[in-house]
Amino acid sequence: MKEYLNNIWMGLTTVFIGMKVTLKHLFVPAVTIQYPDEKLTLPQRERNRLYVNMDDCIGCDQCARACPVDCITIETVKSLPTEDLGKTSNGKKKVLWVTQFDIDIAKCCYCQLCVFPCPTECIYMTDVYEFSEYERGNLLYNFITLTPQEVIEKKDNFAKFEAEKAAQKATAAAEAAKKKAEAAVNPEVKKTIAKPADKKEPGNEKPNSSASAGNNTAKENVNSNINQDKSSEEGKN
Amino acid sequence: MIYDFFLKLFGNDVLAMLVSSLIPLFILVLPFTLVAVWLERKVSAHMQDRLGPMRVGWHGWLQTIADLIKLIQKEDIVATDNDKPLFNLAPILVFAGSYAAFAVIPLSSIFIGSNIDLGIFFIIGISGLVVAGILMAGWSSNNKYSLLGAMRSAAQIVSYEIPTILVVLTMVMITGTMNLRTLSEMQTGYFWNWMIFGGPDFGVAKFIFIPLMIAGFIIIYISTLAEVNRTPFDIPEAESELVSGYHTEYSGMKFAMFFLAEYANMFAVSVVVVALFLGGYQSPFGYLGNLFNAHWLIPIEQFFWFVAKGVFFVFVQMWLRWTLPRLRVDQLMALCWKYLIPIAFVNLLIVGIITVL
Repeated sequence: MKEYLNNIWMGLTTVFIGMKVTLKHLFVPAVTIQYPDEKLTLPQRERNRLYVNMDDCIGCDQCARACPVDCITIETVKSLPTEDLGKTSNGKKKVLWVTQFDIDIAKCCYCQLCVFPCPTECIYMTDVYEFSEYERGNLLYNFITLTPQEVIEKKDNFAKFEAEKAAQKATAAAEAAKKKAEAAVNPEVKKTIAKPADKKEPGNEKPNSSASAGNNTAKENVNSNINQDKSSEEGKN
Repeated sequence: MIYDFFLKLFGNDVLAMLVSSLIPLFILVLPFTLVAVWLERKVSAHMQDRLGPMRVGWHGWLQTIADLIKLIQKEDIVATDNDKPLFNLAPILVFAGSYAAFAVIPLSSIFIGSNIDLGIFFIIGISGLVVAGILMAGWSSNNKYSLLGAMRSAAQIVSYEIPTILVVLTMVMITGTMNLRTLSEMQTGYFWNWMIFGGPDFGVAKFIFIPLMIAGFIIIYISTLAEVNRTPFDIPEAESELVSGYHTEYSGMKFAMFFLAEYANMFAVSVVVVALFLGGYQSPFGYLGNLFNAHWLIPIEQFFWFVAKGVFFVFVQMWLRWTLPRLRVDQLMALCWKYLIPIAFVNLLIVGIITVL
């Protein structure tokens, strides 16, 4: 009997205690917000959608290599020595045409690892987080500023330039071989042959290397030039 | 009263009856449902520290109308294996059962659908139609969840009718009337004349009655809460177990009718409790109409108090809904048979002895 009455008492009082709690909450201001109308301020270092400021991009590919999920694809073409691509905002000279800079944001894991290696700070996380799409293809962001025609043009230009250079090198090599053959007969000629080979160097190569090479023999000179070409290309890519 | 007014106006008793029977629907039940659905959502939202509907109108007050328009546009799906006549009849029956209760509920001193002497008895009887409708809906849906919900609902309503009737019987013994209008008229004056404060007769009995009346009030409130299948007694439509109980298979306007019936029922049981214990349509502290000698104002004030008390108890139902978790079936039956019925019965005996003395 005592338990029975105790149950009734407990039942009633606990219901009233619960009702007191819920009534208090009726007057607590809502913790939710009207989302699209008002938004919470994001934390200072929030990581959301990536953005690339192409004006500053030098096409160094460091972000793509830092990316753990390989969502960044960069393709570059060397510019011609006659072209001036301008400078980045922190004073780096741009030497590559960036013909492809795609970020597949669907793959992106928002780790921000691509942001830190960037020498010109042109890739960074923005505060945009509403970019859902109906089709996955729309999440492949294309950042290049060149038009498709321009990309083809730049590639053609470089191919032409390369072909010309190769042709010149071939002739230079042939001439050098010829001169070498002659030099074996008459070593006095070597200095006069080596000078014109220097002037055929592309303008964007390091000038001092060719100058120092000028003092070497003709054969060494040609070989070192070829090696420098290879090493500098590897460095750019 | 209102019926006589329309009879004089139209000179045709069928038309007058039709119009006066539709008045509670259009001035009370439909607007109340529209407001109550919105209120339910806002109350639940704010009790959970949310905002609830905010888009349609000021703080979303037109949300229910938007929902209603959506429900009207929706396809009326009837599955092939449904028992079609019963399936189509069930929502009508459920709504008719809950709306019929308003026939004998006095909205104010000059408006009562039918001033019959068996008022409260009629309400208890006609609410059986709701049970039949719910069983029909569950059975004809040909869906295990619907059927389970309907069976639970029927079992619950039938068992909780007993404490309700015992408390009503107690009230009938004290007041000697089943007419809700007479009952409300008895509790006129000030709030200390309400039945929960021992009734209008001033004497020793009044003070003995107060604890008994409070006990009776709590019992009838709990049992009517169970009769309208509201949380914590919502096992018939327990959405975590049974999708949504007996109206799982319904869509469009038929679903809307169940919804309307549910809210009409909530209001009906609230105002029945109010009429029995809290003075019905009577004001707790006199009328402005009497104060300013404008007697035409009194029925309007009475209607205001009637709606205010009804809506308050509907609010309490919502309040309880977001306070208490759902009871298990065994707890539900234990509460009814071990607690409410014995206490109501003892209450009835004590009140009976006091009234005889």
